[in-house]
Amino acid sequence: MAISKLILIWQSFPSLLRGTLITIELTAGFLGLGLILGIPLAFGQVYGNRLITTTILSPFVKVFRAIPALVLLFLFFFGSAFFGIELSAFTAAILAIGLRSTAYQSQIFRGAIQSVGGGQMMAARSVGMSKLKAIRYIVLPQALRLSIPPWTNEYAGVLKDSSLAYAVGVTELMRQGRYIVARTFGNALLVYSVCAIIYFILVYTGNKFLGFLEEKYKMPGYEVKKRRRKILERI
Amino acid sequence: MNFFELAWSILPALLRATVVTLEITGISISIGFILGILLALGRVYGNRPIYMLTSAYVELIRGTPLLTQLFLLYFGLPSVGIMLSPLLAAIIGMGLNSGAYQAEYFRGAIQAVKSGQMIAARSIGMSKFKAVRHIIIPQMLRLVIPSWSNELIYLVKYSSLAYLIQAPELMAQAKVIAAKNFRTFEVFLVVAFIYLVIVLILSKILNILERRLRIPGLQTQAV
Amino acid sequence: MLETILKAEQLHKKYGGLEVLKGISFEVKRGETKVIIGPSGTGKSTLLRCINQLTPPDKGRVWLDGVEITDPKVDINKIRSSIGMVFQDFNLFAHLTALNNVRIGLAKVKGIEKQKATELARKELQRVGLGDKASSYPAELSGGQQQRVSIARALAMNPKLLLFDEPTSALDPELIGEVLEVMINLAREGMTMLVVSHEMGFARSVANEIIFMEHGVIVEEGPPQQLFTRPAHKRTGEFLHKITELYGESGR
Repeated sequence: MAISKLILIWQSFPSLLRGTLITIELTAGFLGLGLILGIPLAFGQVYGNRLITTTILSPFVKVFRAIPALVLLFLFFFGSAFFGIELSAFTAAILAIGLRSTAYQSQIFRGAIQSVGGGQMMAARSVGMSKLKAIRYIVLPQALRLSIPPWTNEYAGVLKDSSLAYAVGVTELMRQGRYIVARTFGNALLVYSVCAIIYFILVYTGNKFLGFLEEKYKMPGYEVKKRRRKILERI
Repeated sequence: MNFFELAWSILPALLRATVVTLEITGISISIGFILGILLALGRVYGNRPIYMLTSAYVELIRGTPLLTQLFLLYFGLPSVGIMLSPLLAAIIGMGLNSGAYQAEYFRGAIQAVKSGQMIAARSIGMSKFKAVRHIIIPQMLRLVIPSWSNELIYLVKYSSLAYLIQAPELMAQAKVIAAKNFRTFEVFLVVAFIYLVIVLILSKILNILERRLRIPGLQTQAV
Repeated sequence: MLETILKAEQLHKKYGGLEVLKGISFEVKRGETKVIIGPSGTGKSTLLRCINQLTPPDKGRVWLDGVEITDPKVDINKIRSSIGMVFQDFNLFAHLTALNNVRIGLAKVKGIEKQKATELARKELQRVGLGDKASSYPAELSGGQQQRVSIARALAMNPKLLLFDEPTSALDPELIGEVLEVMINLAREGMTMLVVSHEMGFARSVANEIIFMEHGVIVEEGPPQQLFTRPAHKRTGEFLHKITELYGESGR
């Protein structure tokens, strides 16, 4: 009995790894999209035109945070067909969860920019930097450092959310697991446990890596440690 | 039938299913609340084995997706002879999951209560247990409200995952309707709107609650 | 005859309904040290920021070295690079070492190449007595050291004018001396300085002129000797009396 289970795991490993790879691709896509759009969005909210912030940026953030990831996923997947732009399940997932992550990441960066403080901007302007230069050389480098701890949280969040892509048929880790369970009757507990372990390893190594980055880029003497101790909420 | 007629016609059925969504959320957040307090106390005040055990639970739950946990409960447990109904699996799964997260918020709040409070309680002759019960926990509960509000809203949204193990909540009802009228996108647009309204109303209520229960000088910031 | 380097004319500034500056006019001559004193909340810091346009004035004009810098057509970043500013709470760039704090303006504003900029920055750090702290981060320095780095940062740009906004107010008493010493040396070297400060000892011994400001207007202006011994206005005398009583003659 135990031997047959081991053989099962051994045989299903390649397909689970393929699923894991898709899971990693999804996660990278979510984070990448969220990062590229989230940083400008955050600067827009802090330094930008008030009217644009209150009419477009803030409602975008609010709506994408309020609607469940699964519903967003369905809206993008079925919505693309509705509007006649056939998106693959993978692309729909990237857009849905990626834009949702944009909303969350913009909040992370906005908080970081605000905690950098107005004095830094003023000092930068006082030596003759333009607003753009002050952002580029003074505010952004500090904001990015301060963002690492909450961003680590976001990483774990979207990695776990990537499992929802299962629902629209992306062959990520959970769906590969499902296929194996369907092929080999009665092994759900074992197979999903292996999936859980894989997720756990991904979360754990990612956290370790980001913790390493945080340590490497910390500003000596600056109380980054204290900030990390703050309990991070899932959002 | 235009979109608004469609929305109007499916709204009653969706709202009935919304009640199930709210019930799942309500019961699982309560399970998570009790579990969370126990886990937090274990992590802060427990001896080494208890600390290790509670920490392992919290880290394992936080390190894996809710969907995987639900699948383990619903599809996995039957292989060891435990059959759960979809609804029960969803409630237990979300309760166990939320317990781990709530434990972290409670732990943070316990540690945010100033250490002088415990010393002062002991100095008037309270046992450690009494000090925790009458001094630390009441303050902790006030401090935890912002994080806890976020958790409740999170659970409302993630109760949608129960659909993936066939629990008869809002998403499942939407799928049933969409299977009949083939207007999937529009149906889920209505669903999105329902969630949006619930979340906005809930955050309003929780905000008011937080302001009502505020003790002057005792507060933490939400992230 | 000394030439005028800074001229402010009828500066007005309102925050909401509160008028902070109600028509301020004054001049600073090259090589001169002018100290602005007055009760807190009378617009002294706002006045400094109106000069380098970190806070644009609602009305009024400012000239630096004959160029009107309130003219919307001037490149204000270029102007600011020639007006150094030292803040009450230092505002050193938290992610940069002391050396890089001094260097970044040279590199990114003046476009000086790296090696040359490093050399210049090092020289400025030595000038404020912190040559050995080049690789320390701001949070690793004492308040007094941080403020000296921020003076070096301002000096590195080779400014025509230095603005000091209560440079010692955020410092512990035992750290004030080292910052004042740097400022006194600068005054002796002929740097043009406009200083908002409560340091009466500094004002008395270093300032060429003192401006007493209250409720958004200049009450009185003149050499220290005149203000301290025979002020023209009753309020000036009262304020100076109160300040010396609070902090002592040589104190703040």
